[in-house]
Amino acid sequence: MASETGIGASVKRKEDARFITGAGNYTDDINAPGQTHAVFVRSPYARARINGIDTAAAAATDGVVAVFTGADLAADEIGDLPCGWLVKSKDGSDMVAPPHPPIATEAVNYVGEPYAVVIGETLEAARNGAEAVDADFEERPAVVDLATAASADQIHESVPNNQAYDWELGDKAATDAAFDGAHHVATVDIVNNRLIPNAIEPRAALGEYDAAAGTYTLHTTSQNPHLERLVLAAFVNVAPEARLRVISPDVGGGFGSKIFVYAEETAVIWAAGKVRRPVKWRAERSESFLADAHGRDHVTTAQLALDQNGKFLGLRVKTKANMGAYLSTFASSVPTYLYGTLMAGQYTTPAIYVEVQSLYTNTAPVDAYRGAGRPEATYVVERCVETAAREMGIDPAEIRRRNFIQPGDFPYDTPVALTYDTGDYEASLDKALGHIDYAGFGARRAASESAGKKRGIGFSCYIEACGLAPSQVAISLGAGVGLFEVGEVRVDVTGSVTVVTGSHSHGQSHETTFAQIISDKLGVPFENVTVLHGDTGRSDYALGTYGSRSLAVGGSAIIKATDKIIAKGKKIAAHILEAQEDQMDFADGTFTVVDSNQSITFGEVAFAAYVPQNYPLEELEPGLSEKAFYDPPNFTYPAGAHICEVEVDPDTGVVDIVDFVAVDDFGHVVNPMIVEGQVHGGLAQGIGQALLEHGVYDDAGQLLSGSYMDYTMPRADDLPSFTVDTTVTPCTHNPLGVKGCGEAGAIGSTAAVMNAVTDALGVASVPMPATPETVWRAASARGSSAEGAERGE
Amino acid sequence: MYQFNYHRPSTLEEAVGLMSGAEDGVYLSGGMTLIPTLKQRLASPSDVIDLGAIPGLTGVTVNDGTVSVGGMTRHAEVAASDAIPALADLASRIGDAHVRNRGTIGGSLANSDPAADYPAAVVALCGTVHTTTRSIAASDYFTGLFETALHDGEIVTSVDFCMPDVAAYEKFPNPASRYAVVGVMVARCPGCICVGVTGAGACAFRAAAMEEALAADFSPGALDGVSVDHSEFNSDIHASAEFRGHLVGVLAKRAVARIA
Repeated sequence: MASETGIGASVKRKEDARFITGAGNYTDDINAPGQTHAVFVRSPYARARINGIDTAAAAATDGVVAVFTGADLAADEIGDLPCGWLVKSKDGSDMVAPPHPPIATEAVNYVGEPYAVVIGETLEAARNGAEAVDADFEERPAVVDLATAASADQIHESVPNNQAYDWELGDKAATDAAFDGAHHVATVDIVNNRLIPNAIEPRAALGEYDAAAGTYTLHTTSQNPHLERLVLAAFVNVAPEARLRVISPDVGGGFGSKIFVYAEETAVIWAAGKVRRPVKWRAERSESFLADAHGRDHVTTAQLALDQNGKFLGLRVKTKANMGAYLSTFASSVPTYLYGTLMAGQYTTPAIYVEVQSLYTNTAPVDAYRGAGRPEATYVVERCVETAAREMGIDPAEIRRRNFIQPGDFPYDTPVALTYDTGDYEASLDKALGHIDYAGFGARRAASESAGKKRGIGFSCYIEACGLAPSQVAISLGAGVGLFEVGEVRVDVTGSVTVVTGSHSHGQSHETTFAQIISDKLGVPFENVTVLHGDTGRSDYALGTYGSRSLAVGGSAIIKATDKIIAKGKKIAAHILEAQEDQMDFADGTFTVVDSNQSITFGEVAFAAYVPQNYPLEELEPGLSEKAFYDPPNFTYPAGAHICEVEVDPDTGVVDIVDFVAVDDFGHVVNPMIVEGQVHGGLAQGIGQALLEHGVYDDAGQLLSGSYMDYTMPRADDLPSFTVDTTVTPCTHNPLGVKGCGEAGAIGSTAAVMNAVTDALGVASVPMPATPETVWRAASARGSSAEGAERGE
Repeated sequence: MYQFNYHRPSTLEEAVGLMSGAEDGVYLSGGMTLIPTLKQRLASPSDVIDLGAIPGLTGVTVNDGTVSVGGMTRHAEVAASDAIPALADLASRIGDAHVRNRGTIGGSLANSDPAADYPAAVVALCGTVHTTTRSIAASDYFTGLFETALHDGEIVTSVDFCMPDVAAYEKFPNPASRYAVVGVMVARCPGCICVGVTGAGACAFRAAAMEEALAADFSPGALDGVSVDHSEFNSDIHASAEFRGHLVGVLAKRAVARIA
């Protein structure tokens, strides 16, 4: 470790002082003079024709400034909200996306879809106006059930069979052949439950229009303000990029749900131009439930073929993925390129074939949510592996060992398009087995039995692909944007450093982690480094934060820029010290002439760059500020072993997680404390999916879990004290050797919990989430109740 | 929230008078249900009559085998009282600390949420609900889903509970809201054995078959094979009527096991 604040040190977070003292600067904290307030009028129906909208009474309401419908946006040529990844079906045809006007015009297709927006002098006035909007709806039968959506009523005129696409990946013939020769086939039928993201800060937007300059400024809760700007400019047609600034200030959590470009900020920035006053909107929590993009929601049948020794021969996966009513910003990529490509897991399975049919329903759009496709893939693979182990009587740890890709096999080409660069899966598993005391499980199970409880243990050896890359490959597969990141390192005259990253922090601690890297690389005191982010007016075009890419991609751009700083610094130092540039060494903040006692500090070089007296101005520009774009050559592949031990009360169906071990390989770790925090949060979300969280619609498409009274967010007392540890195989293709840690907890843990619950009960499967009634039914061999039945089962 | 007239009377008489003069008035006690309802614009009363300034409506007192709890007594105060340990235990498990420091027993009983905890104790501890006009026995008080025997304008002033020999409350909380999916209080009093159930049905009730079985043999085993009719029970995404029926049996047994 270089220092107490360098790479590898658990430095306390710079951001926390303002967050825990209420001094954060969130979108809703920002108010503009003359500000108005927007309230969206939302559909009470899951599916209805709009025969007409009468806004007269709303417009006449005291304090109402304006009332807009979809027709007003259309008249201004405001475009549809686009999906940024073109996926093709098996037959080569393009995916089918229905029109998605920001404000519904002809029909509403999910409960909560906005069909008008009321701008008021006050929030209260806007609310009163919203209640006075009178729409004439013609209700139509809602399509809610994913399993039968393809044969249900057609929702969108332009979308036959409610199908977005029918996609495939892998070698079907080779996989069929593998099954033909199999000794055993394990089959799982699983539902990956719909989740509702619930960042602690609801989405918000403040739109401002400067009539004199003709410029727009949008403050909003975005994980990627440049993407927001690009979409609003190039596709939605609000304003040209150069006249639209998007600022994403402090943001309280995203988990993917704030990647997307939504109706609300689109309408707010457009309306600011119409009413020539700032327009503010902040979601109520109930609006977040209805109108944030949801996550997961798959129905899958999967089969694993094995030989007589438990060696995997082939994997066959057939999934239906729920897109909701429209195709959200990156929805198409989640159940395809972020899902099918992960089906090899940590194993040498030689033949894999994945089919995914994505379907529309009259529910909120579904898009990326922490892990995005990879938790779903892990759930499929690890439920298959565990099922096969039990059916063949092989220890679940042992069957995984027999199939792991070995350290000597890297780089390893999987049959599903990825090349893993490095890993040591057995090392993580061994460490996890030690932490959980696997050898002592039998005795613990016996003790539980004698207390009337059922104890189970479940494994999940997951892999994920982070830092989506490289741009050229992704674009050739349909991505509409590049996947690089930009970083800028500005050395100030006095030697302090300002870093501008295109990556965005909404909980990830960039201000701390990136400062550690700079401090370590340049030898500048940690407290002299300031990290700026989240503003299209400050940074070059960037891609923002998603898919655990901040450090692996954004951090690499900063390293690249820092290397340029050091290279220029060497030139300056060589000039001042009258040495050759190639004789210069740089370490711990000092430039030294090799094999001499001549040296100059980084601060002195910086000063010389800005006060260029003794400076080679004829050869070198003044200043010490460098920028770099970094396009990763490959994904990174964090992987690990999660083991969960549960005790089930068979009388009530309550599952108690008595122990949870997560051993993850994130490559090198910059700040272990922050990484541990990321893992804890991810585990809470993964366990939440397994046991607690469920977005449920009734047959009419009404959201039944639309508040915290019914949507079970995991709380501290639902969770055990985690045992978190790491192993390290450094990423081979980025300068820091890092892989990313943001999603691992949510990717690995769900399968471990469900494998433990089924082990405890001695049953093949339990629907997810494993709520008390569900577990009680499984434990007492009762069928599912009409009320508690899982959709799709 | 819609606009309304706010009143803070200092006597019960004044409160009742304000209510009778209001077009569509509501009493505000702890506000744990009313205020969220107002904030979501799900109610639009003309007048909100805050009972918080009326003296003499709080506290837990013990008198000759009867425990009396003032209508405006906060859950936290009941939780801290040692008059009836099972009642204190029940109160300590209502909502969270914020709710317990605001919510009142009178407000809870007047609202009669099917998933509230207190009603189990009122029926199991032979409670009597005293109001501004009369006294209502527990068996007559709860009449349906969010329905009670209270008349318009009537205020719950106090609730009497009999002092049990032993009693215990078992709760299966809703994992999301932490309201009672099912709550069962079993009480053995000098003259009776009572099993009060909340959460399962439209309102709190006594499980007569269980009481008979326990009268013959006050042990968990006595409840084997004794079930409740769940055909009219509540059913939602957290628990079917059948599961609620099952839980009544499990929780009753566990309550008995704690005190038998």
